[in-house]
Amino acid sequence: MRNTLGFKRIIRGGILNFRRNGTVSLASVLVMTITLSVIAFIVLFQALLQSSLADLKNRVDISVYMTTDTPEEKVLSLKQSLEQLPEVGSVEYVSRDKALEDFRIRHANDYVTLQALSELNGNPLGAILNVRAKDSGQYESIARFLESENDAMAQYTGSVERINYSQNKDIIDRLNVIIDGGKKLGFAVTLILALVSVLITYNTIRLAIYTSREEIGVMRLVGAENKYIRGPFIVEGLLSGVIGTFITILAFIPLTIWAGSNLSDFLGVNLFSYYISNIFQIFFIILIAGAIISAISSVWAVRKYLTK
Amino acid sequence: MIQFENVSKVYQDGTLALDDVTLSIEQGEFVSIIGHSGAGKTTLTKLLLAEEKPTDGSVYFESIDVHRLSNTEVTKYRRRIGTVFQDFKLLANKNAYENIAFAMEASGKSDEEIQNDVPHVLELVDLTTKIFNFPHQMSGGEKQRLAIARAIINQPEVIIADEPTGNLDPVNAYEVVQILKKINDLGTTVILTTHNKEVIDSIGRRVITFEKGKIINDQKVGSYPITNKK
Repeated sequence: MRNTLGFKRIIRGGILNFRRNGTVSLASVLVMTITLSVIAFIVLFQALLQSSLADLKNRVDISVYMTTDTPEEKVLSLKQSLEQLPEVGSVEYVSRDKALEDFRIRHANDYVTLQALSELNGNPLGAILNVRAKDSGQYESIARFLESENDAMAQYTGSVERINYSQNKDIIDRLNVIIDGGKKLGFAVTLILALVSVLITYNTIRLAIYTSREEIGVMRLVGAENKYIRGPFIVEGLLSGVIGTFITILAFIPLTIWAGSNLSDFLGVNLFSYYISNIFQIFFIILIAGAIISAISSVWAVRKYLTK
Repeated sequence: MIQFENVSKVYQDGTLALDDVTLSIEQGEFVSIIGHSGAGKTTLTKLLLAEEKPTDGSVYFESIDVHRLSNTEVTKYRRRIGTVFQDFKLLANKNAYENIAFAMEASGKSDEEIQNDVPHVLELVDLTTKIFNFPHQMSGGEKQRLAIARAIINQPEVIIADEPTGNLDPVNAYEVVQILKKINDLGTTVILTTHNKEVIDSIGRRVITFEKGKIINDQKVGSYPITNKK
């Protein structure tokens, strides 16, 4: 009973102080909004980074070119044994006819080549297996399997014309380095931005509480318990966090609309549709981040004046 | 009731504020403590409120050793003492009603008690018309009366008034002292520090004189000791 009464009074006191501290509260809300915007930006940046890295990875594969006289069943059985490898994510089968069709489309404007093609009898192209690894670091071992002369591959000797791994190897290796670096850089940027914005918020809240240090002294003198003094400050902090969250969420709508209509081609992702479809998750991430940052900052800032 | 036993206080900068002071105050007394600035009057009240720790000696409130209390116990202990200061120490962003209500809330009083008692005590110090005014909308005398109302609202056993008339004109100072006397008449111990001659002379109770951290005079019925000076 006494606890709920105290709780009610703390909430009421915090809201009242927040309203009466006009400019100081406004400043806290603004700084909170900036901090939370940085966090929202980080969330979007991470999503962007993940999706472009995933996109890059998906473009890498190993193509196994079969000889023209390999029967389809044999190609399909190779496909099956490839699919059983733990490293392999997927195998795409391109039949001889499909390969020819693709070739025609690719060279639609190249009259000479098409001419030469039509002078040949039949289809000069073999079937292709496009192999995608689960992880881009595993192409090496897939290539090693294909090039080995073990029992599994022995039956395909003469059927495999070439494997384009060694040609792509450089690109794949470099891509792996870039993807790795991108992840590390993204993490570092996230960490630094988050840290800086938390520090700024902490300082603002500390200043706000510094202006109340004499009041804190008076409250102690009147015999108020520490938790009863601290409570309203935490409520004030939380209020600026919550208001900051709503402002941030609203502010990002026009921002992502702009990015969606102007940067989609460049980024490869429509930020607006990503934002809208994830708006509840983002809202809760920001809300919880804002609540934690403001509450902890308040507790720390008041602590200094309560330990005497 | 209140006992200072061989209390000395040396501040960190080396200032000797109290020098081996032994003093006893009985329940229901009205004690005036006088002396020049820096004589140790305020240090005495700070020690009693557990705002400062003595360098030497002990301070007892009844049987409690004030400086052996834990943080939580200090909080509860302070509710037994009402305080009034020269600079009022009101909560600037709370109005008159809320300033007093805060002291009651802090000691866990119910909403009904607060709604009943606050208007009553404001009437006692003649601030009924200022109930929703903030401190910055009140005169010095009004602020001090509000501070007194806050000090007595929880019915403390002791009131410490540290230079309560220092910022007031003679009329307001007189009023404040009259209120303190009234409180004392109702049984509350009052400790008043001041260097206002008229105030001391109008009270006619025990006067303790401090100089350089020592008690140099303790009269049962005292007046301002100009005549005592050698």
